[in-house]
Amino acid sequence: MDLIEKNLLKEIADIEETPMGAYNIRENGKGIARNTTKNIDIVTKTDKPGIDIIIKENTQNESVHIPVIITQAGLTDVVYNDFYIGKNADVVIVAGCGIHNSSCETSEHDGIHTFYLEEGAKVKYIEKHYGEGDGNGKKILNPQTILHLKKGSSLEMETVQIKGVDSTIRETKAFLEEDTNLVVTEKILTHGEQTAKTIFDVELSGENSSTKVTSRSIAKEHSYQEFVSNVKGNTKCFGHVECDAIIMDQGRVVAIPRIEANNLEANLIHEAAIGKIAGDQLIKLMSLGLTEQQAEEQIINGFLK
Amino acid sequence: MKNILELQDISFARDNKDILNHINLTIDTHKFIAITGPNGSGKSTLAKIIMGIQKPDSGKILFNGKDITNLDIDERARLGIGFAFQQPVTFKGITVRDMIELSAGEPISMAKVCDYLSDVGLCAKEYVNREVNARLSGGELKRIEIAMLEAKKSKLTIFDEPEAGIDLWSFNSLISVFEKLHDLTKGSIIVISHQEKILNIADEIVLLVDGKIADIGNKEKILPQLVSSRPKNCKLIHKEGI
Repeated sequence: MDLIEKNLLKEIADIEETPMGAYNIRENGKGIARNTTKNIDIVTKTDKPGIDIIIKENTQNESVHIPVIITQAGLTDVVYNDFYIGKNADVVIVAGCGIHNSSCETSEHDGIHTFYLEEGAKVKYIEKHYGEGDGNGKKILNPQTILHLKKGSSLEMETVQIKGVDSTIRETKAFLEEDTNLVVTEKILTHGEQTAKTIFDVELSGENSSTKVTSRSIAKEHSYQEFVSNVKGNTKCFGHVECDAIIMDQGRVVAIPRIEANNLEANLIHEAAIGKIAGDQLIKLMSLGLTEQQAEEQIINGFLK
Repeated sequence: MKNILELQDISFARDNKDILNHINLTIDTHKFIAITGPNGSGKSTLAKIIMGIQKPDSGKILFNGKDITNLDIDERARLGIGFAFQQPVTFKGITVRDMIELSAGEPISMAKVCDYLSDVGLCAKEYVNREVNARLSGGELKRIEIAMLEAKKSKLTIFDEPEAGIDLWSFNSLISVFEKLHDLTKGSIIVISHQEKILNIADEIVLLVDGKIADIGNKEKILPQLVSSRPKNCKLIHKEGI
């Protein structure tokens, strides 16, 4: 693995050496390294590109890393990864895609990740997207995440896209059964001419299911972002969606919230706020001795922390 | 240097109204100064002009003998001026610890952060990792603001109505923070206040009326004027806790 590839892996999965536990590393459309454990199996799909990650019931405190890196220009890589999380398993899954493109051709990765959580399963899912390279070629990432949560299961999803992705459409669909909980935290920073669209569709169909979706985004320079959320409460449930965006320069953000209560016991909240960095925040930090630029950086870092 | 701050002929007007009218004021090193006066007399504007948040239409500001009239807020802060806002500012994602460290200008130990928070009557364990956001009450934000100024240790610290919004916290503790800061920095403190207890401990009270300095002196000289001029001119507050 060369330096560029190593750097991509570090950016998206914080991997510098061989990761601990189970992993599958995909490079330019092909699997290049894999490790399975007693409790976690990884099987290559035969009908389409991708893998099945099968986690045995009661697996505790194990992790799976499935990073994807693309360094070949002009490649469009579509991959289907299915995660089967056994009953009462408690695991961390780290995914993500890094693209290095120094050419003028477009590189694209579309990862479709489907999670099936059995009863009582608990998953922390971390996904980072990153692009680099000084060519004119576009770096495009269109991830789809589909979540099926069975009774008593919970999933915490953290998605981060801070740098270098020219265009992204991120779709997340979730179906929640009884006593389940889904927490999603999304952080996006776009700059230049980048565009990012995120779509959240959550169906709260099981009694006492709950979700909290938080999106924090910053649109700098001429970039454009769109946030669409649609939470349906079909029974006694709780849903909270929060979209918070900072616009800078000529950046633009559109937030389209939709909450749908189909049951008297459904309790749904949506909060959305878009605005520039507040002048009094800059003044406060400057009164502590920070320059205007340092104050701005501090505010952005805190916002995306 | 005997004088830490000198305001020379400062004027400031907005919408054809004189907010500050030819203010001349000298503040000595290691002094505790209270600025009081009726609402709308220009007290907060004067404080903001010293910090650089507002720029005067005319006049000169000297800090330790250096002309700072055209310096920005951050440059004044680095020279040694600190400012506690009347309405503390909130942030998203920035914690109490972050703010105290930014105020101190360097990473500081958890024990030290806890000391500052304890000084303002906050249980450090509960607050240190909380975000300085709108979920905190006005009183909590105000105390964190004061802890930040204690950590900043400026040569000149300005508190703009520190008592406003402070609830359930002994007023005496606020005064001890002032005294501690005063001792520690050997600098000067300017407090904008209507609180009699604060006016009582000030070395000098500046009475501002209609954008002009009506009088300067010790409490024996100024307090009777405030009492006699109420309620027209000034709301003097006697209460223990606010």
